[in-house]
Amino acid sequence: MSDREQVVELSGVVKRYGNFTAVEPMNLAVEAGAFVTLLGPSGCGKTTTLRMVAGLAAPSAGDILIKGARVNDVPIHKRNLGIVFQNYALFPHKTVFDNVAFGLKYRKAAKAQIAERVSRALDLVQLPQMADRFPNQLSGGQQQRIALARAIVVEPDVLLLDEPLSALDANLREGMRVELKKIQHQLGITTIFVTHDQSEALAMSDKIIVMNQGRIEQEGSPEDVYTRPRSEFVARFLGNSNLLDGQVTARDGNALRIAVEGLGEIQADSEGTEAPQNGARLRLVVRAEKIRLSSTPQDKTDATRLTGRIETVDYQGQSARYFVTVGTHSLQVINPIDRRPFGQGAEVSVEIRPRDVVLLKPE
Amino acid sequence: MSGGQNIVTSWSLIRAFTILIYLFMFLPVAVVVLLAFNANQFGSFPMEGLSLRWFVELWNNDAIVRAFKTSVLLGSLTAAVSTTLGVLTSLALVRYDFRGKGLITTLMIAPILVPEVVLAVALLLFLRWLEMPKSFPLLLLGHVIFTLPFVVLIVQARLVAVRRDYEEAALSLGANAFHTFREVTLPLIMPAVFAGVIFAFTISFDDVTGTLFWKPGGVETVPTQIFAMLRNSISPEINALGAVMVVVTVAVPLLGVSIARRMAAALR
Repeated sequence: MSDREQVVELSGVVKRYGNFTAVEPMNLAVEAGAFVTLLGPSGCGKTTTLRMVAGLAAPSAGDILIKGARVNDVPIHKRNLGIVFQNYALFPHKTVFDNVAFGLKYRKAAKAQIAERVSRALDLVQLPQMADRFPNQLSGGQQQRIALARAIVVEPDVLLLDEPLSALDANLREGMRVELKKIQHQLGITTIFVTHDQSEALAMSDKIIVMNQGRIEQEGSPEDVYTRPRSEFVARFLGNSNLLDGQVTARDGNALRIAVEGLGEIQADSEGTEAPQNGARLRLVVRAEKIRLSSTPQDKTDATRLTGRIETVDYQGQSARYFVTVGTHSLQVINPIDRRPFGQGAEVSVEIRPRDVVLLKPE
Repeated sequence: MSGGQNIVTSWSLIRAFTILIYLFMFLPVAVVVLLAFNANQFGSFPMEGLSLRWFVELWNNDAIVRAFKTSVLLGSLTAAVSTTLGVLTSLALVRYDFRGKGLITTLMIAPILVPEVVLAVALLLFLRWLEMPKSFPLLLLGHVIFTLPFVVLIVQARLVAVRRDYEEAALSLGANAFHTFREVTLPLIMPAVFAGVIFAFTISFDDVTGTLFWKPGGVETVPTQIFAMLRNSISPEINALGAVMVVVTVAVPLLGVSIARRMAAALR
């Protein structure tokens, strides 16, 4: 993977608006064919970063390279990009055909070739019948597909997606998500995707870059970012996490025992992270769905076993979300439902496996 | 329940008052249009038969036909120049950030806030100071100055509503700034541009005050021609000319607005 060509590179890129720094010095490399997601809450600098790659915003410092060439001074219309905007931005006064053909016209393609490429692009997004319609005659999902067709028909070096799914209905969004990823994979097109939706990011990306306050918090594969958050922000932003403060009381290789005030002792595994010293203060992250509740404790694992009482039950169909009081703490737990959910006030055994405990330096 | 009774009477009073005001405003216009079709030399009621003779005389009156041509030419040129400048100004004011933007906006709108006489005299004095004689281009310049704010206001309002991402999409697809304007921005603001053209034309066509100050000797527009004719006598021809003016200044904008509406609806 690593010897693949870097299609987009950012080195030390900064964006300031007056005294406000929207993007702190940032380095980023996107490999050919990769689907990279910039994930973060609004105002984290993800859209600004995308706009700088697009040439819609000029970086205050640093270099942006596309296919190895510095593009800081290359205007947007010469960058060979495809952008899908949040509100589609289909030209309302042009037919679907003319919308999709728009980019080809400026690439000096011959008429016959334009017609052929447009129809191929419309086939790809499964809307071959819509060429003569106007955008306002299409549904949101259809407009979304046409916007995608318009962006990819020019065979851009990079496809930039600015929250393209956020204007769609929830159930449509999931379908589009699968399809978008499929088309991206099929074309092998290098893609940068901006979203604040963690499930989109997890489902679609080869690499996720979690951003907060203009900084990269963590980057890695979806699995890596999800299961091994490296900061409290990432832990909180992705999924439902429990954060606990503790102190290392015993250490045997990678196996740690960590005392958490008001809860008890938790066993953890420091594999893959820098092993903390005995007595070191730590912050622990435990994902809500990694905690296992059962009515009777099971002996066969090396898990930490605690006893708790169900405080609230949030029934979600195939799973349920509980708040469980353990000692002086309230833990959030999401478990699949086996026959029927635990009732409020029930005594349960709470099990946490050592490898599901993520260790963070205290902040 | 005398309170409720009072409200009812006061509403009907307001209604009656409103009707009276409208009558006061439009009755003279109606009378002029009506008398334009009067067969008799002297306008009085009851009318003694309908006739189109005054319109025929209008047509045969060289001075009036010349004034009409001047007005149409002046109005068209004013519309063309004002709209071009107005669109460019609006683009600058809406799409770009620069120092003194607020000041420029205010100055741009100022001509419709300053009394026309003041504006007229000011421009005249200014050109005296530059030692430039009165001329048709000067008259055109004057008309552009006070029609431009209308165009800017209309186009600006539309441009604000055109989302920036249409233009960004065009740019990202390889169109340069000029192509983007021609292919995307201009079609999207076309209804406003069209409305601007109509406004500029009608305002120019209708103008008396500024025109009286700025027109060079021997050049008359329709309104100044009417003015001149009124000084001698009240001829029924004036009624006919007035009727033509009413039609032009009412029908053109109405037609324009309905076309602009249709264009805007097509873009939605």
